Amino acid sequence: MKSAVIQFPGSNCDRDLAMALNRVGGAGPAQIVWHKETSLPAGLDLVAIPGGFSFGDYLRCGAIAARSPITRAIVAFAKRGGHVLGVCNGFQVLTEAGLLPGALMRNANLKYICRTVGLRVDTTDSAFTAGYAPGQEIALPIAHHDGNYTADADTLARLEDAGRVAFRYTDNPNGSAGDIAGILSANRRVLGMMPHPERASETAHGNTDGAVLFRSLADAMAPA
Amino acid sequence: MQEPQITEDLIAAHGLKPEEYAEIIRLLNREPSFTELGIFSAMWNEHCSYKSSRKWLRTLPTSGLQVICGPGENAGVVDIGDGQAVVFKMESHNHPSYIEPYQGAATGVGGILRDVFTMGARPIAAMNSLSFGSLDHPRTRQLVHGVVEGIGGYGNCFGVPTVGGELRFHPAYDGNCLVNAFAAGLADADSIFYSAASGVGMPVVYLGAKTGRDGVGGATMASAEFDDTIEEKRPTVQVGDPFTEKRLMEATLELMATGAVISIQDMGAAGLTCSAVEMGDKGNLGVELDLDSVPVREENMTAYEMMLSESQERMLMVLRPEKEAAAKAVFAKWDLDFAIVGHTIDEDRFVVRHCGAVKADLPLKALSGTAPEYDRPWQETPAADPMADVPGIDPIDGLRALLSSPNYASKAWVYEQYDSQVMADTVRLPGQGAGIVRVHGTGKALAFTSDVTPRYVRANPVEGGKQAVAEAFRNLCAVGARPLAATDNLNFGNPEKPEIMGQLVGAIRGIGAACTALDMPIVSGNVSLYNETDGRAILPTPTIGAVGLLAHLDEIIAAAPEAGQLALLIGESHGHLGQSALLYEVFNREDGDAPPVDLGAERRNGEFIRDNRALIAACTDLSDGGLALAAFEMAAAGGIGVQLDTDDTPILFGEDQARYLIACSFDQAEALMVAAGQADVPIAAVGRFGGDIVQFGTAQAPLAELATLYRTALATALD
Repeated sequence: MKSAVIQFPGSNCDRDLAMALNRVGGAGPAQIVWHKETSLPAGLDLVAIPGGFSFGDYLRCGAIAARSPITRAIVAFAKRGGHVLGVCNGFQVLTEAGLLPGALMRNANLKYICRTVGLRVDTTDSAFTAGYAPGQEIALPIAHHDGNYTADADTLARLEDAGRVAFRYTDNPNGSAGDIAGILSANRRVLGMMPHPERASETAHGNTDGAVLFRSLADAMAPA
Repeated sequence: MQEPQITEDLIAAHGLKPEEYAEIIRLLNREPSFTELGIFSAMWNEHCSYKSSRKWLRTLPTSGLQVICGPGENAGVVDIGDGQAVVFKMESHNHPSYIEPYQGAATGVGGILRDVFTMGARPIAAMNSLSFGSLDHPRTRQLVHGVVEGIGGYGNCFGVPTVGGELRFHPAYDGNCLVNAFAAGLADADSIFYSAASGVGMPVVYLGAKTGRDGVGGATMASAEFDDTIEEKRPTVQVGDPFTEKRLMEATLELMATGAVISIQDMGAAGLTCSAVEMGDKGNLGVELDLDSVPVREENMTAYEMMLSESQERMLMVLRPEKEAAAKAVFAKWDLDFAIVGHTIDEDRFVVRHCGAVKADLPLKALSGTAPEYDRPWQETPAADPMADVPGIDPIDGLRALLSSPNYASKAWVYEQYDSQVMADTVRLPGQGAGIVRVHGTGKALAFTSDVTPRYVRANPVEGGKQAVAEAFRNLCAVGARPLAATDNLNFGNPEKPEIMGQLVGAIRGIGAACTALDMPIVSGNVSLYNETDGRAILPTPTIGAVGLLAHLDEIIAAAPEAGQLALLIGESHGHLGQSALLYEVFNREDGDAPPVDLGAERRNGEFIRDNRALIAACTDLSDGGLALAAFEMAAAGGIGVQLDTDDTPILFGEDQARYLIACSFDQAEALMVAAGQADVPIAAVGRFGGDIVQFGTAQAPLAELATLYRTALATALD
């Protein structure tokens, strides 16, 4: 798997995501790509947008990053069928960039929440989730102030009907509609999720439920 | 612009005493200008000059084989082997946080992070020690919400994991909350950056955020008591911008890697003044500043305002002139302001020019080195009166009282508002003793803890000072870490009162004795005095932040026991209830002496824990709440019950020092008993873990019920 991790000013999980990708191996280490670049490296299998506070989240979370030069290239990459993973602030960027529907609002309790939460894997029909068992219950850390997923009723129905909800909270921490923690694009190649799989990807983390996601991706991208 | 006439009122408004002003005249042989008066007041206030405490701070142990750099720089530097170093410090932001809790606390975090990355270290862990007034006080809730959100708002955005801390409530903090922020960073031991300038004619470079009028006079404000004009002081609090700080950190570390940086100093209290004077003083050089080049965000700023502004997220550096282009490129990449604002000179002068005029021309060494130092009168704290009898109580009722108190309940309400896992190296989360962070890319780890028991310090400053260090030592040993060094954040009342000065002197003596005995030198620190409102002082609160090293992640001792394991108590129990949590929470009493600290026993018992980690399944230290609270916390961490044989109130709730509670198998217990006999360490089997009840003697309650109380009490009190 050849992957790139995008670095916006204010990204702070870029290194963490790159480490998690590097642990599952592939064609060399993940490349860090600065947001002012206008094109992505050639031959990528995956673009990963990390967590953090791009541009301080001083406007709506992810809104300014969605207008960075590199984001145009990411949108084009996704339109060509490339795989894109957005974690936390990355999920927010993907909704702001129009690659995923809906929006992430303030948590229902209006506070930042950092803790490990229970999730259910709602679909295994994607390169990201193929390694999980259908309906598998896992635990991943969340750390966000704006993870309250919302979309209009039609959009929610469309996501549900197409099985595009990737992860659902088992005990909703932030008020998200339908307990949604992560969703897929229509072509199932773009995943946005609020929980942090990279923080549960090695034994030192005390939890490896997130490693499965990266392993699944590496397996899916491995040359046949 | 015409500068104001210097009058007695103006001098007093700058926090300078008449004799201090006379000293200025003597130094200059003339009256200072208004800008110069401002510069002196900034350099000579308590916050920057430690004029009341310096004499006593000098008595603290600050060296050791592990110490690379002790106090005097932005932060202390300690060797962690393999050519790596940990850089850390703790600093208070008490007054600003009381005036404007969100921004006060946020900029406290920003300041301490800057201290760490200014030395060339990437911050890898943060902690905070918070003391608030009674929850019945009308301001307390608002302060707690604001401070916690401010700390989270800054640290989470910056991207440093917050892995530990403290939270306490006591009416003595009603008018004066304490916000002590700790940060630690990782650096290569041979690439530490210092503040001493070198070379004449070198460019002095300003970088980071633009300068505004925020915080003008902040350092002077931080060295004054509060009264009812506090609301008017709100404009002296700075506003934090963690996004700029994150970029400043990345840019600074990138710039350091290019070899362009000769010396560097962050702009903290008294901003441009303190940083420029410090760089010149340490390098035995003069500095000339041209304020017309300073990036500003407000119009018509005067020299006085620019020199005293405490706008955040700014740095001053002396750069190698030949690397200027490379340096500029780094700052352009991160969209940060970058300006040459002066140069070093070969004279002992600090010259400030603005709009074609010399606004200040001062002897630099005198400004920095001759700040007044006081040997303030002090009065030894009288010995505590003998304690009245403590009635025996149902031990489960006693435990319930502690678990439902915001002082001893779970602090999850606080730490879940902080990102504790960013950087993906956190291996022990907050809430279970010391927090642990892996040294990135290695199998090593660092443990962090912050401790003090202010009631003890008030009753007996010397023993209380020792106890703060001893508890930090124990928290590190309990996770298997070797204690390396400490930072002290000394929060006290008005040092001009002999009884307060006596607390400060006593606490420093106790801290010094403990740091020496436990080989935990003080490598950095901060003093916050005048924590009084309307003449009423806080509890003396010398917070100790400490760092320990684990050579390998395998050395970590867990916190959670398993069913069937025995509970062993290490250390001697005398049932010391003076100043205890039980006394305060159940009987509303704060009498008796602080528990005595036997430093020899602390060292021996702590080393015993580390030496026998292979025989220990789980461990915690005993502190406030004694054996009862420690046993409950271990049980709750493991999600299993605990049964202790005793129901004796002093034995369960006494707060004798140098003690640990261990969980281990029967076989391990036998081996530990033998090892303890050889090491002369007191050890006793006191019960077992298992089942789903907590039982002390015959009194019992379901773990689930107690755990719910423990988990929800703080949220119930605050939301």
